[in-house]
Parts: sequence; structure tokens; C-alpha cells
Amino acid sequence: MSPEFALMPEQASSVSAEYDALLFTEIGISVFFGVGICLAIMFLAWRYRAGSEVDRSDPPEGDMRLELLWSGIPLVIALGLFVWSAKLFITMRTAPKNAMELHVIGKQWMWKIQHPGGKREINELHVPVGKDIKLVMSSEDVIHDFFIPAFRVKMDVLPGRYSMLWFKPIREGTYRFFCAEYCGTSHSKMIGRVVVQSPADYASWLSGGGNNEPPEVAGKALFESFRCGTCHREGLTGRGPVLDGLFGKQVRLAGGGMVVADENYLRESILDPGGKIVEGYQKLMPTYRGQIGEEGLMQLIAYLKSIAPDGKQPEEKR
Amino acid sequence: MSTDSHSHGDDHIHPPPSNFLTKYVFSIDHKVIALQFFFAGFAMFIVGGLFALLLRWQLAFPFQEIPLGLGKFFYPNASGNLMPPETYPTLVTLHATVMIFFVIIPLLTGTFGNYLIPLKIGARDMAFPTLNMLSYWVMPPALLMILSSYFVQGGGPGAGWTSYPPLSALPQASTSSGTGQTLWCLAVFLVGCSSIMGGVNYLTTIINLRAPGMTLVRMPLSVWALFITSVLQVLATPVLAAATILLLFDKNLGTSFFLPTGVAVGGQAITQAGGGNPLLFQHLFWFYSHPAVYILILPAMGLVSDIMPTFVRKPIFGYKAMAYSMSAIAGLGFIVWGHHMFQAGINPYMATTFMVSTMVIATPSSVKVFNWLGTLWGGSITFATPMLNCLAFVSMFIIGGLSGVFLAATTIDIFLHDTYYVVAHIHYVVFGGSVFGIFAGVYYWFPKVTGRKMSEFWGKVHFWMSFVAFNGVFFPMHIVGIGGMMRRIADPTVYQHLAPLQDWNVYMTMFAVVLGLSQFIFIANVAISAFRGEPCGKNPWEATTLEWTTTSPPPYYNYEKIPVVYNPPYEFSVPGMEKDYLMQTTPPEAV
Repeated sequence: MSPEFALMPEQASSVSAEYDALLFTEIGISVFFGVGICLAIMFLAWRYRAGSEVDRSDPPEGDMRLELLWSGIPLVIALGLFVWSAKLFITMRTAPKNAMELHVIGKQWMWKIQHPGGKREINELHVPVGKDIKLVMSSEDVIHDFFIPAFRVKMDVLPGRYSMLWFKPIREGTYRFFCAEYCGTSHSKMIGRVVVQSPADYASWLSGGGNNEPPEVAGKALFESFRCGTCHREGLTGRGPVLDGLFGKQVRLAGGGMVVADENYLRESILDPGGKIVEGYQKLMPTYRGQIGEEGLMQLIAYLKSIAPDGKQPEEKR
Repeated sequence: MSTDSHSHGDDHIHPPPSNFLTKYVFSIDHKVIALQFFFAGFAMFIVGGLFALLLRWQLAFPFQEIPLGLGKFFYPNASGNLMPPETYPTLVTLHATVMIFFVIIPLLTGTFGNYLIPLKIGARDMAFPTLNMLSYWVMPPALLMILSSYFVQGGGPGAGWTSYPPLSALPQASTSSGTGQTLWCLAVFLVGCSSIMGGVNYLTTIINLRAPGMTLVRMPLSVWALFITSVLQVLATPVLAAATILLLFDKNLGTSFFLPTGVAVGGQAITQAGGGNPLLFQHLFWFYSHPAVYILILPAMGLVSDIMPTFVRKPIFGYKAMAYSMSAIAGLGFIVWGHHMFQAGINPYMATTFMVSTMVIATPSSVKVFNWLGTLWGGSITFATPMLNCLAFVSMFIIGGLSGVFLAATTIDIFLHDTYYVVAHIHYVVFGGSVFGIFAGVYYWFPKVTGRKMSEFWGKVHFWMSFVAFNGVFFPMHIVGIGGMMRRIADPTVYQHLAPLQDWNVYMTMFAVVLGLSQFIFIANVAISAFRGEPCGKNPWEATTLEWTTTSPPPYYNYEKIPVVYNPPYEFSVPGMEKDYLMQTTPPEAV
């Protein structure tokens, strides 16, 4: 038996309803104008067909008032849609400050997900209902795209940088997610499901085994094993900038310019340290390219976040 | 250039070349070059259409054998004549690449641009005839490369016509990113060169070689459209050329313009150093490819604006508004490329900026649509085949334009991006718009080119079959797109939520077969009418522009005496005239 066809999937996130309202408003406007103009073409074509008995005296050749009218009306409607769409877009692209952060890594052809407590899963995403969830995503190889239709969210997942996506599930249940950016032969099989659970069920799912080392703890271990602290510490021997409290701060660069020490900057500085040197320091640090994988990077960055009290502290930790 | 010194207005006429090779093959005659572009473009239209039918077959009947034993021909290396999974993205890539770079651009600017510009402005040829010949002769190697890419080891290019790196740059990530992708880069680069050479030539010709009295505001709108298109070609295409060359370097020479640090395929680190940015390619690609959408539609708008007044027997409504709005579309077209990257992780405020510039394009577009409506108003309309195609163009452009506003809105685009909704949108603009515009142009100027008319009856059969089948294929794509069917998936049946939509996929495929078959009516009509059509004389449609004052077909030198222009381009039904039209060349004392 084939399931019922529904034009739009369930409204399962906090923005779904407003998204659908905007979409259906625009469908309404478009159908009105599309059908109206096509009917007008048919009407005019029929009325003024050769040989028909109609008044053709003084046919118009141009009219400035009409030109202004039919440029003005679409402009006003377009700008109205612009304002509504822009407001919702900024909301959908600005994650709330205290959102719970999950790490997502895409690779040909699977999704690897890690929870704040360290629990991992593949092609499944368990989240608690009613919480703001932020996904920090990166790809190991080519460009992927994380798409959860029921939440009306979609974002490319790129190699070499982090992209963000946030949502707040409002209904328990199971929803599909897909890779939406063509990524190679098995692209269409790069799929999975989101399981939205009550906070209690989520907590018991979290405690159900698996690797429970939180990413910032794993990151601290990496930080120590790579001996990052030899240079990145206070005192005269500190050849690199101190990293405590760095995350989220503005940094002045050698040669001028400012940069926010966010995930992308930290990642770049680990893999390509000569690129953006902090003012007052030398080009000394070797690259860690090839020595540390996508997951290791995310863990290191999680550690750097955890030692930044003014930055976003992952307070959603259990 | 030897022809330059005496091509301005004086009546020196060159004899036509007598040698077969210089007359028909390496010709510098703009009319012959136009026909060369036409035959190459149409041959590729059939190839691109076949790719499309293979895609449609796969979507309706995934991994089932194609009928008539054709599987053996199309999938020679596959087991059981079935499509190998890697071939699907190759077909997607080649269909789009062929249709955009080898069909629509050569047909609109190569064919109509070449044929019409000198005739319509009263010139004997292009400003640079040899450059014109060269702009055609870089096409055949490009054409051979793109066709042979299907057969090379590893398969044809399979990263989509957008060829985003790293997928397109790393053979490890996709077998099709090997030799096939290299050939793709080279072919697109060569087509870009052809485009730039054509654009430079058209601009120079239109600025310098207009006949006496052919002021800018007396130019037919088709010439306006081709002029604006040429500006786009000259300014935007070099960026595409740069992007394809950089991609080629990344692929084959170990550079990493587009490859970031730390990429590993299947856990294996790549050999390139990294430090590049894949988004850079997207910026470069779309900086060309959004203006390219207007390269694909503006000439068709020009052709339609030329053809409609003839069959409405009325001047075009708002001539100046039409010219200004085309310029506005082209100008805005340069600052909207970011709307292809709304989901690529660009800054939301930057996305919002691109949204507003994109939304504003609705204004000049609607000015054009309403002016075409105004042209109908109060006319006396004959529904000849070119006119039917023009009306189809306008209505399909409305649908394609309105569906574009959805995608322009950043928020709505989040859900629709990368779904079949986008596929529907582009086909309404490029098939419903450009291709119907091309059909209108072919039916309309065929008598001028051959001296014979095409069959009206078969023209109408072809039109109605194409029009109905076109909507049958592409309208449902809006709905399946919103319903959750994504682009570039080889097998929709693996998705449970698409099960209720599978019947639609079957219907769309049936319409696609009808659409494909109906094009053979057109081809037969062109072929038979060229020899057996009714002879038509100089001006069968009783039109007003310059090309209708010379013989059909025009002589090698176009005009024995360079015409002098006295009137605007669309003087129909002027009160108090004996005939209902006034040629551009009729002097005031003769009225």
C-alpha cells in the first residue's frame, strides 16, 4: 500500500509553521498573477484576432502611467516578500546562544554525529524535544548537504570549514534527513533519521553505552599529546598566544585586520598556522595537517571552547 | 583587416567566393556561419534530448532495461544492457552542459546573432569576418571533446553542470572526475572562447556598421537584445574560463585553488597541499552562470519582440521601456549570483543582500510581460506558427519568472533548493522561454534564409504537441519538488516518502517521449520545406525591418546598395496609409 501523498512534510520544528505560511502566501500570489496574466493573454488574443469586429481605433503604443503601474506593483509585492523572508531567514540562520551543540561530519556516504557528552551515532540523530539544537558540521571529503524536510532546514556541509544549522523540534517522532548536494555515486543512499525524544528518553538513550568520553575531554588529551601547551602558555617562554578564554574573542592579526576566533579560525590556525598570525607573534608553529583528522579537530576546538569562560561555554553538558 | 576600409556605406561589393571550401566550410559570410551554428546546435539538441530521455526513463523505471535494445548502444560496457549507477550523474551533467553551452547559446547568439545583426542594421557582414569564422571553428573540437567524454575510461564528467569541487577535482571521490572531467573543462573553456569572440564581434558591428539613419532607437529590439547579450558575454565569460582552467590545474597539476586543507577521501589524505576554498569556485562559476541565464533568455525576448508586431499588425507597446528593461535585467544580472549559494554557508546578511537584488529583477521582467500584453491590445492578430510560439514564450516565461521569485526568497529557498522545483524553474525559463523563442525565430526567418515557407500545418502540429508535452513534463516537477524529490538522485523508488509520486514520474516520462518525438516533425518540416516549400519572395510576412527589403535568400553581400533608414522598426497600421505597414527604408516623401 502506498502511503498518502502530502505536499509538505509534517511541521515538526519551531519554524515550520511560519515557513509554510510564507510559502503558501507566495504560492497564492503567484497563482493569482500567473493565472491572471495567462488568462489576459488568451482574452486579448481572442478578442483582437484578425477579422473580429472590435474597436481598434487609436490602439495604444505606450503609456508612461501604465509602465509605472506595472513596474510599481511587482516591486512592492517583491519587497514585501523580501522583508518577511529576510526576517525569518535571519532567525533561521542565527542559533540561540544556549543551544545544545552537536557535531556532524559528512563523508562519502555517511553521517557521523557526536553528542556533547561524547556519544556517537551514524546516520541517526537523537535529539530531545523542545530544546534548541545547533549542529556544527564539516565534511571530510566533498560537499554534502544536511537536509531535514520536517524541520524546514538545509545547509551545505563543506570540507575545510564549519557550517552551522539550528532547529528546535516541537514534536516527538521520527523524521528523515537526506544529503541534498550531489556527492558521488551513492549520494541517494546518504540518508538517515532524526529521532525526537522526550528529555527523559533522550537522557536514558544517552546513558545507553557507546563512547562516552565528552569531546572536550578527548580534545584535552589531544592538546596534551601534541604538547600544544609548550608554546601556548603564559610567561616568557610562551611563543604562541595564550588560548584560555580565546574562543569567541576578536583577535588582532599581524599585518593589520581583525578576526573572530571562531571554529573556522581555530581550524585554519591548526592546519595552516602561517595564514593568519596573531599580532606580536612569529611564524613558528608547524602545521598539523595529516596528523589530525576531522574528529580530532572538532574535539580540540571543543576543548578550546571549554576553557573560554566568556565564550560560549557548553552548559548543556550533562 | 582588408574588408574594413570599404565596408562603411560605400557601394563596393565583394564577389562571393567560388571555391566550395571557402564558400561553405571555412566561410567568412555571416549567413553561412549562422547556418553552421544552426546545424551544429540542432544536432546537439538531438543528442541532449536523448540524454534527457535516458534520464526520464531511469526516473520512471529505475534500472530497468530500456526498450528497443537501445541499452546495448548507450551502455556498451554495462552488464545486461542496464545503466550502471555511475552513468546517471554523467547523463545529468552532459544533458545540462550540452543544452546550455552547445544548443541554446549557439542557436540564439551564434545562429540568430550572426544571421540577423548585419541584415537588420543594413551591413554587408560582421565587423571582423575572420574572427567570426574562428568563433565557429572552435566549436567542433569542443563538441568532439564533450561527446567523446562519455566514452573515456572512468566515464563522462559526473559532478553536474556546475562541477563543484572537490567532487569534480578528485578522481578518488568520483571515478567520473578523471579524464571525462578534464575534457569537460576544456570543452567549456573553448565554448567560452567562442562566446567571447562572438560578443566582441557583435558589439563592434552594432556600434560601427549601422546603415545611415539606423539610430539606436530605430534598431529592432532583437538587435538591442543581442547587443545587451554581447555585453554580458564579453564581461562574464572570461570568469568562467578562469574557473575551468583553475579547476583543470587542481585536477591535473596538483594545485589547490579550490581544495581546502585536510581533505581526505575514504580516510586517505589527498596529495594536494590544500589551503584553497571550494566556495571560491562557486563564486566564479555563478558570476558567469547567472548572467549566462540572461544570455539564454534575452535574445529570445528580442526575437519575440520582433515577431509579435508583425502578426499583431501593431507597433510594439513601449519600445523604449522594452529596451531599458532588457538593460536593467542585464545590469542586475551581474549582482545576483550569490542567490545560487544561499545554502552554501554564506553569511546570512550577504544572502539577504543578494535576495534584494534578485527580487528587484521581478520589476523589469514584469515590465516586459505587460508590454507584450499591451502589444496584443487593439491589434489584429493572425495565429501563424511563429506567433503561436511567441505566445507560448510569453506565458511560459511568466511561469518560469514567478517560480523564480520563490527561489529568490532566501527562506523559501532553504526547502526548495536542490529539489525538482529548481529543475522545473530552469526548464520553464530555458525550454519554455528560450526554446520556444528559437522555434518562433526559425519559423519566422526560415523564408528569408531559404526563399521558401515552412509548412504551416506541420508547424502547428509541432507547436501544439511540444506545448502540451512540455507542460506535461515540467509542470508536475514543481509539485514533486515541493513533495520532496531531490535533484540528481538516480532512483526515486528507494525513498519511501516518494512512493506516492512514482506514478507522476511515469507520466512525466511519457510526456517527455512525446516531446522528444514531436521534434522530429520540426526537423522533417525544416528539411522538406527547404526544398519543396512554397516560394515566398522578399517579404512574405509583410514585415517592416531591413532584412525583408533584400531578396530571399539574401545575396552574399546582403544589400547591393546600403539601405538608408527613415522609420522606426515597427510601423504597422499607421492611420492614413495605403498599406498597413511602413518599411524602415520608405522615405517620408513616398508615404
